[in-house]
Amino acid sequence: MAGAAQAAPGRTAVLRKFRLGNLLFLNLTRAAAVLVLVLLGGVMLALIEGASPALREFGFGFITSQSWNPVTEKFGALAPVYGTIVTSLIAMLIAVPVGLGIAIFLTELCPTPLRRPIGIAIELLAGIPSIIYGIWGLFVFAPFLQTTVQPFLISVFGPIPLLNAVFAGPPYGIGILTAGLILAIMVLPFITSIARDVFSTVPPVLKEAAYGIGCTRWEVVKNVVLPFTRVGVIGGVMLGLGRALGETMAVTFVIGNAHKISASILAPGTTISATIANEFTEAVGDIYTSSLIALGLLLFVITFIVLAIARYMLLRLEMKGGK
Amino acid sequence: MKFKSLAVAAGMAIAALAMPAAARADISGAGASFPFPVYAKWADAWNKETGKKLNYQSIGSGGGIKQIRARTVTFGATDAPLKGPELEKDGLVQFPMVMGGIVPVINVEGVKSGELVLDGPTLAKIFLGEVKTWDDAAIKALNPDLKLPSTAIAVVRRSDGSGTTFNFTDYLGKVSADWKSKVGSATAVEWPVGLGAKGNEGVAANVGQTKGSIGYVEYAYAKENNIAFARMKNKAGKVVSPEVKSFQAAAANADWSSAPGFGVILTDEPGDGSWPITAATFILMHKKPNDPAAAAEALQFFEWAFEKGGPMAEQLIYIPMPASVVKQVRDAWSAITGADGKPLAIAK
Repeated sequence: MAGAAQAAPGRTAVLRKFRLGNLLFLNLTRAAAVLVLVLLGGVMLALIEGASPALREFGFGFITSQSWNPVTEKFGALAPVYGTIVTSLIAMLIAVPVGLGIAIFLTELCPTPLRRPIGIAIELLAGIPSIIYGIWGLFVFAPFLQTTVQPFLISVFGPIPLLNAVFAGPPYGIGILTAGLILAIMVLPFITSIARDVFSTVPPVLKEAAYGIGCTRWEVVKNVVLPFTRVGVIGGVMLGLGRALGETMAVTFVIGNAHKISASILAPGTTISATIANEFTEAVGDIYTSSLIALGLLLFVITFIVLAIARYMLLRLEMKGGK
Repeated sequence: MKFKSLAVAAGMAIAALAMPAAARADISGAGASFPFPVYAKWADAWNKETGKKLNYQSIGSGGGIKQIRARTVTFGATDAPLKGPELEKDGLVQFPMVMGGIVPVINVEGVKSGELVLDGPTLAKIFLGEVKTWDDAAIKALNPDLKLPSTAIAVVRRSDGSGTTFNFTDYLGKVSADWKSKVGSATAVEWPVGLGAKGNEGVAANVGQTKGSIGYVEYAYAKENNIAFARMKNKAGKVVSPEVKSFQAAAANADWSSAPGFGVILTDEPGDGSWPITAATFILMHKKPNDPAAAAEALQFFEWAFEKGGPMAEQLIYIPMPASVVKQVRDAWSAITGADGKPLAIAK
């Protein structure tokens, strides 16, 4: 009896300790989560406050105007917004099929001894700092494009109406296309490694069942692997797109930094982050600085829209899958 | 035990952070990136000679102006001089420290360095996109003996805001009414044509590898990278080469007393030997500094640089100020005073 009486207070103490520990753990993790929200809100507020002089001055015209003139202090964001979207699109057009291809090869087709070297090579690609991509792009990749790929594109598409406007002009080597290609290389590892990870979560029993009823490899990938992993794949693509939209240094080196919208993707252009990186240090005058911050705010909005579209697409996919 | 050692480590880290504040660098400056190499070299040599420290941050002219206005640094540095009323408003003194030249660099097949001659109006037309090929009549007229290819001209210019761009566009505005009305001059402008490259090194690299290109860089970059440059026809109608002699001629021929705070832009100066696109870089200081002791030391440093820094500057391909200008700068220093109203600079 005496022993049981002694044990009871010990039990409550232990229980209280557990409860305290739990509470502490909950609050610690919650604080970490709230911190992200506070940071995001703070950045948002700071951007809006910094951008407000420019937005008040130019109003909606800030988004629709192409002019970027520090001398007369007339600023419009259309050219950098256009450049940001087009370079990211080019990057995704190339990186998504190639990245998924690599991931499928690595998980489904690759002989085991090759798997690790290729996987590590892809991850190393992600570890290269963007400035290195920029320098490589300027000194190696751009001259290569200028002397081989671009003249070829110009001559091939020259006689085709519409397409000859897209591939027009003297081959400078640097421009929208070069920036898009560099971005494609930079986002490739993100898409590949995420796709590879989610592909390897497909239960072998599903694949074996499909092979068992006589499916080809292509049919297994198309009908089993991809549908099973589409949420994860879209997540990886979005991560890559987010990186492409915001990438600064490498793009600055190879895009040509011209505040102009040209029909040709061989022509120089600019992106939002490249413009900010180029001009912020020497921006004199409040409107100039404020316009650059407003560009930052626009990038924020664009990223938000992209993420919202991705969420919406996922939601629709899930609803379709549920039926 | 673990916690204790952690606490000790943290304490040491904090102490290490606090140390520089206690024994802080005596003088701090911030601003233009163009003179950074020479300021850094001077600061190093001065430190060895006197034991005093100077910390210069190359954050760009715009940043330098902002910092000195906010009084967070002892001196600011800018490539584009402030105008009289702006200096008055903030109670600033401005003086030139060192000079450099801006040269057109080219990459044209069959044309060697220094062979091509350009004049201001033609240069402006090239950068306006009106002269499109190297065998254009305007270029041919200046170079009757050169065999020029029919290659398209690829214009390369700075993408970042820059004092180099400020001086270059100022020159184009002086020699071309079209340029003045259509583009104007500033540290960054709305370029009608061309590729933007970041920094002098970016322009140098792009011109080096793009056939048929023309750009503009600080003289030091053209010389160090061995890029072909063009000679220029100056205001007097004489063809001059970019070299220390022609840059100094431009400075000597300038009328420094004509603008408050020596705010003279050295482009398109008169004189037979003057290089037309010469540029000075300026120092900004408060007339009534918050920390007179630091300001006095900064003035000692500038005095030392004027006296002994010349050869070091020339090694780095900067051009020291002519003696006549240095004399005027010393006079201007008397406006910088301590709390007692006495000048901080030691009279020479």
